[in-house]
Amino acid sequence: MTAVAERPVAVEAPKARTVEVKIRRYNPEISDEVRWVTYRVEAYPTDRVLNLLTKIKDEQDGTLTFRRSCAHGVCGSDAMRINGVNRLACKVLMKDMPAKLTIEPIKGLPVEKDLVVDMEPFFEAYRAVKPFLITGGNPPTKEWLQSQADRDRYDDTTKCILCAACTTSCPVFWTDGSYFGPAAIVNAHRFIFDSRDQGAEERLEILNDREGVWRCRTTFNCTEACPRGIEITKAIKEVKQALLFRRV
Amino acid sequence: MQTHRYDVVIVGAGGAGMRAALESSNRTRTAVLTKLYPTRSHTGAAQGGMCAALANVEEDNWEWHTFDTVKGGDYLVDQDAAEVMCREAIDAVLDLEKMGLPFNRTPAGRIDQRRFGGHTRNHGEAPVRRSCYAADRTGHMILQTLYQNCVKQGVEFYNEFYVLDLLLSRRADGVEVASGVVAYELATGEIHVFNAKSVVLATGGFGKVFKTTSNAHTLTGDGMGVIWRKGLPLEDMEFFQFHPTGLAGLGILLSEAARGEGAILRNSEGERFMERYAPTIKDLAPRDIVARSMANEVREGRGAGPHKDYVLLDLTHLPREQIDAKLPDITEFARTYLGVEPYTEPVPVYPTAHYAMGGVPTNVEAEVLRNNTDVVPGLYAAGEVACVSVHGSNRLGTNSLLDINVFGRRAGIAAADYALGVELPDLPAAAEDQVATMVRRLLTSTGTERVATIRGELQNTMDRNAQVFRTEESLAEVQADIAKLKERYAEVAISDKGKRYNSELLEAVELGFLLDLAEVLVVSARNRKESRGGHAREDYLERDDENYMKHTMAYRQADGSIALDWKPVVQTRYQPMARKY
Repeated sequence: MTAVAERPVAVEAPKARTVEVKIRRYNPEISDEVRWVTYRVEAYPTDRVLNLLTKIKDEQDGTLTFRRSCAHGVCGSDAMRINGVNRLACKVLMKDMPAKLTIEPIKGLPVEKDLVVDMEPFFEAYRAVKPFLITGGNPPTKEWLQSQADRDRYDDTTKCILCAACTTSCPVFWTDGSYFGPAAIVNAHRFIFDSRDQGAEERLEILNDREGVWRCRTTFNCTEACPRGIEITKAIKEVKQALLFRRV
Repeated sequence: MQTHRYDVVIVGAGGAGMRAALESSNRTRTAVLTKLYPTRSHTGAAQGGMCAALANVEEDNWEWHTFDTVKGGDYLVDQDAAEVMCREAIDAVLDLEKMGLPFNRTPAGRIDQRRFGGHTRNHGEAPVRRSCYAADRTGHMILQTLYQNCVKQGVEFYNEFYVLDLLLSRRADGVEVASGVVAYELATGEIHVFNAKSVVLATGGFGKVFKTTSNAHTLTGDGMGVIWRKGLPLEDMEFFQFHPTGLAGLGILLSEAARGEGAILRNSEGERFMERYAPTIKDLAPRDIVARSMANEVREGRGAGPHKDYVLLDLTHLPREQIDAKLPDITEFARTYLGVEPYTEPVPVYPTAHYAMGGVPTNVEAEVLRNNTDVVPGLYAAGEVACVSVHGSNRLGTNSLLDINVFGRRAGIAAADYALGVELPDLPAAAEDQVATMVRRLLTSTGTERVATIRGELQNTMDRNAQVFRTEESLAEVQADIAKLKERYAEVAISDKGKRYNSELLEAVELGFLLDLAEVLVVSARNRKESRGGHAREDYLERDDENYMKHTMAYRQADGSIALDWKPVVQTRYQPMARKY
């Protein structure tokens, strides 16, 4: 027989501890002032930070506002700054966190209320890079052929869930909101390196703009922030190389 | 209050809604309303694949797929609808590929295919490789690809708009037709009336009636709830799928693709117990059978762990390269959320509430039925919100991603065709009143009940009494619980009284839908005194074709009570047989 769990992983009687969660509160409907409010909440090691926010909203303060949906890191709703680092609240487990948390909205996008930001500038940059397959000629009767090696070429950047954790961790984006930002470049990369696509020139032209890839200072913040483990800085570098290679 | 006018309004921006939008928006003025952002929709959480008899890796044909779908649904499937779905599956996959979907590839560069539960060659002989996939993130790729194409086509979205009412108007000939929807804008608290010729509901499921679920927080059945409150029927609501492999204690989904790639379920004794329950296809039996087998192992004391309350999904014999290439996300979930390393340790799993087979009854053109035969002109539904019925009493894995693409497309085409042939209907008088009253009542309530408390109690009693196994006693108990919770819901109050991003208000509204739908589920389940597919009655162990080979149709009465009726099952080429695997 093969393995049977020796460690009772899922139900190890976990001990709760009291955690202090300090949250940046802001609701312009009531006041233009930012408040920092600290909540004390019981947390199990298996709790996600999202569970804590939910407990606070459910039991202590229903006005606390944040976005969430899938709660397991695939929908991209709950990107926020947790102890100074952009994370998805549903992918951070309390066993890996200290007893004090500081939670703020992601930076560089207008804050609407508490942890909710206006995502529209982010999606506008995404849309600007033509994030869709561009093909020419007659389509095949069945599928376009693509070798698995060609498919693997852009696999990493297909994983993006548009959570904005990367773009809003980028110092260039903070200081210059018109920079496309890492997520848009990731999504351009996903098509530029797709062997079926014929729109690379158009996209590279867009990214060659003064607000395009050249603004990247290679700080690697984006790569560290990505909850999907995409090597974003590498993808940006590959787009830069494609520009140089085609132009020079 | 703002009023907007469109030809077609689509509610929901998951797979079905966006697939519909791609069809309707190039021919008609179309708006897509979503309570999230499109890319947050739960289609993105689907993992394993989308079946179509492409026969890229071995012999297959769509008739075998149809048979598997009918048998998988324990013969409650409408066979004409299953035929449509399985025949159109092939083009649905090819369309997605041409839109850019990055499928895994065969050595010849074609779309690769793998095995999945209940999908067999030649009517049950052996598992067949039919599922087209992109690693274990097929749903993510479908959602992204459809959104990308919506961007390309310039589809108009209203993000974070909660549709809370459907508008119906009387035509000159007295027939009731769809005339629009009423939506609440999260950012501003403003109420918007959308006057439209066609309305497409693509709002997904209501898994949040259960505590242990793979479903997102936002899957609260708003679309079904809106239909229900209009007095329109809901079909087969007792059939809810419990996916066998949720992460134990959490419910997070681990794709059946793991078993498609060779993973094995074991009990505390290390035994591959599915050999006893489904000798031919073992771990790749349909989900209802596997979920019951797991629950039975636990019940008979062969569960693993200190409390013997889960079983184990064993991938340890699979090559690491295969795990990394084919199952990267789900193995990451096991590491992140349970701290288990799937390379070397088996993963604790237990059934998790996953998918509503029932929903808003439609025909194969995605038109919504107002009774067994008549449609509501201008009203369409597709995806999990709908019941065509292609899934019968138990959906096969991958057929949901197929359903949203085939019937999403059909809904978009039908809605546009209809809209091009009619004038914009007049709005009913005081169109926004119902929503305005509901919102005002919640904002001004001075009650003492909390949303989270009632929701938690609902989810607990549903898990306890209406899960994998049900009895008259358990269902009576949960029905009584729901009745009390509904009374308490009338006293619910919220602390956020504002207009701006009032998510607490919307959670209260959503809870109202959850309570309604849980009640319909339970009343329908009590009435079906047999075991079939996802509905397992311990007091009626056998399938009873003589009395129950028919769909449940539930209607809300004027006094709020529920009236039940039946609808015949469409049978074409397959006669019901004993369901053995």
